Amino acid sequence: MELGLFIVLALVAMASAIAVIIQRNPVYSALYLILTFLSLAGLYLQLQAQFIAAIQVIVYAGAIMVLFLFVIMLLDLRKEEQRAVKGGYQLLIGLLLAAILLGELGLVFGGGVLKGVPGEFSPEKVSALGNTQVVGRLLFTDFLLPFELTSVILLVAIVGAIVLAKRRLD
Amino acid sequence: MPIEYLPILALIVLAVLFALGTLLMSSIFGPKRPTPEKLSPYECGITPVGTARERFSVKFYLIAMLFIVFDIEIVFLYPWAVVFRQLRLFGLIEMAIFILILCIGLCYAWKKGGLEWE
Amino acid sequence: MSPPFTINDLWAISPEMVLTTAAIILLILDFLLPPGRRAVVGYTGLLGIGATFAALGASAGVRAEAFSGMYLSDPFTLFFKTIFLLIAALIILISLNYLSVEGVDQGEYYALVLFATVGMMIMAASGDLLSLYIGLETMSLSIYVLAGFLRKDRRSNEAALKYLLMGAFSSGILLYGMTLLYGLSGSTNLKAISRTLAAQDLHNPALTLAMILLAAGFGFKIATVPFHMYLPDAYEGAPTSVTAFMSVGPKAAGFAVLLRVFLLAIPSLQGSWVQLFYVLSVLTMTVGNVVAIAQKNIKRMLAYSSIAHVGYLLIGLVAGSPLGISAILLYLLVYILMNVGAFAMVILLCRQGLRGDQIEDFSGLAQKSPLAAATMLIFLLSLAGIPPTGGFVAKFYVFGAAIKAGYVLLAVIAVVNTAISLFYYMRVAMVMYMREEPSPITALSPSRPLHWALAIAILGILIIGVYPGPFLGWAWVSLTGLL
Repeated sequence: MELGLFIVLALVAMASAIAVIIQRNPVYSALYLILTFLSLAGLYLQLQAQFIAAIQVIVYAGAIMVLFLFVIMLLDLRKEEQRAVKGGYQLLIGLLLAAILLGELGLVFGGGVLKGVPGEFSPEKVSALGNTQVVGRLLFTDFLLPFELTSVILLVAIVGAIVLAKRRLD
Repeated sequence: MPIEYLPILALIVLAVLFALGTLLMSSIFGPKRPTPEKLSPYECGITPVGTARERFSVKFYLIAMLFIVFDIEIVFLYPWAVVFRQLRLFGLIEMAIFILILCIGLCYAWKKGGLEWE
Repeated sequence: MSPPFTINDLWAISPEMVLTTAAIILLILDFLLPPGRRAVVGYTGLLGIGATFAALGASAGVRAEAFSGMYLSDPFTLFFKTIFLLIAALIILISLNYLSVEGVDQGEYYALVLFATVGMMIMAASGDLLSLYIGLETMSLSIYVLAGFLRKDRRSNEAALKYLLMGAFSSGILLYGMTLLYGLSGSTNLKAISRTLAAQDLHNPALTLAMILLAAGFGFKIATVPFHMYLPDAYEGAPTSVTAFMSVGPKAAGFAVLLRVFLLAIPSLQGSWVQLFYVLSVLTMTVGNVVAIAQKNIKRMLAYSSIAHVGYLLIGLVAGSPLGISAILLYLLVYILMNVGAFAMVILLCRQGLRGDQIEDFSGLAQKSPLAAATMLIFLLSLAGIPPTGGFVAKFYVFGAAIKAGYVLLAVIAVVNTAISLFYYMRVAMVMYMREEPSPITALSPSRPLHWALAIAILGILIIGVYPGPFLGWAWVSLTGLL
């Protein structure tokens, strides 16, 4: 059951990710991207990371995708859709580099070389306390400083959005 | 995967099956006698004007960006709401500072006309 | 549950709190003041930097691993916070008049400069990968916006976009490296990572990959050679005052975190990263200097020259000795003064409707304003590393550290590079002094704040050049707790 679900979610994630880049219509690409995000959320759930899964749906599949769609609609992409995808040497170099990267990753992660060190929170402990509770406790105690700084980043983001996108300031 | 997510999984599977099933059924059993009227997009009964792929105004984009910022703010409120009894008073103060800084951002956006449709 | 911090912790971060508050006050002032009076925001910003400096002085004695090890308050932090405040003050001084010349006299500018400075201060002080990353993003996000501040100028838009894309890309690489490091050590705390890795088998390809990814991520921020492609375009298009900021702020902060992470978290891998930085250093200074020769635009030339300086700075890290690291700190201090000074001179030449950023624009400056030409000459001499300027002292100590650590070949390459760099620095001097003025250019755009910035930079360079002892001593003391 666990493994079967993992295989289904992983296949859907990969297939929709491939669909994102081969779709000619950018709106379809964006919709496939949502599917990728949703299946990733499912994978996070399988890893007992409920909070991250919820964020994945709320922020990525929700808010970020709205931005994607707005950008697509802002641009006039009708000409882009008709243009033939260039193949040739770019594709070849891309495939070659992808193969090298895959080989490197296989070298690093294959054969059980990667032995992580288990942290303080084991899956049993997390599910006993509740995932979001653990995140909350850590976020508002040990990670308090980065949390408060996040509000500064968000403030800068608001200022940046206004400064760069507003037609007339004042 | 926690067992309590099974109903959601079941719901998703049912929804996908239902959507695919209806499409499939109607394409198999439905009669096909197309006329130009039938093939045109349905716009509340009015004859469609122009293309559906109009370029959107950049103003939408500003709104969307501001939306994301506050959406992320909300994300931090979920774990806070879950543990704020344990955090006691200083938990309240922490979140108050966080919200205050973002409120200043909201005031700024407001004063600069970022929320107006020019 | 008791609060997760002590009063001591709050003392430790009081400079950041004061500066953040100041930046927020600037934002509020910006929409309260009438549009014509925005320079007030800039002066208030200077006041805020002064207040932060006072807080820094008051909390200088605090030694803490504050907020569960997120924030380290030690002499190293203190050194970098001081130079970041110096940067912020210089940048505001050179911007005050320049912004109205360019017609973008907006209060947000000063607030963003302060926010970026807060980010840099957090970076230098971070004892944890997470606070490091958040600080880095605060800095980067502010600077992306600043780079695009000339909203009607296509080149400024292009600069912002290129800087943003490359910045986001490098953040991704950096995060990947951090993730691997976290997975291998089970912690994001730099000291905890070091402890765990010390007990581990170091012949782990994943660990090597993590190190390379971290080096690449930081390499984008400080612009070492394979990751420098975006830099000249971003520097050319951005408003000149922002270019000055970009050329010193992120680089100094980038070096602060580079030193922190590589010396504090993964010193056990020193054998491998020394080789990596050796190659990067040689590549960076050689490419920077050789390409700089061909530039006609002074901002592009200074961009390549700043790449070359990163190459020299990396020599200190290769040497790895306390002498090498303290030489990096001294070099950074001098680099900030001379680079901001050189860009301030470009601003002096910039007038309404004329960017004044071609090397040709300097022609005949010596006749027009001997003082301005002499000032520029001192900056150029310092950048080239000629005594009695600070640039010479900085290079002397960095190269000396390399020789002492046994990297004689590296030092020789660096000296050859310095000789190459003389060519393009002195070409600007030649244009200023030897060339007749081709066309009568209108008056320079002097202003009192700009003169202040130039005076600070010149004095700093000359004092360090003539009497480097106390500054080297300060850099030396700042290493306590790092090595």
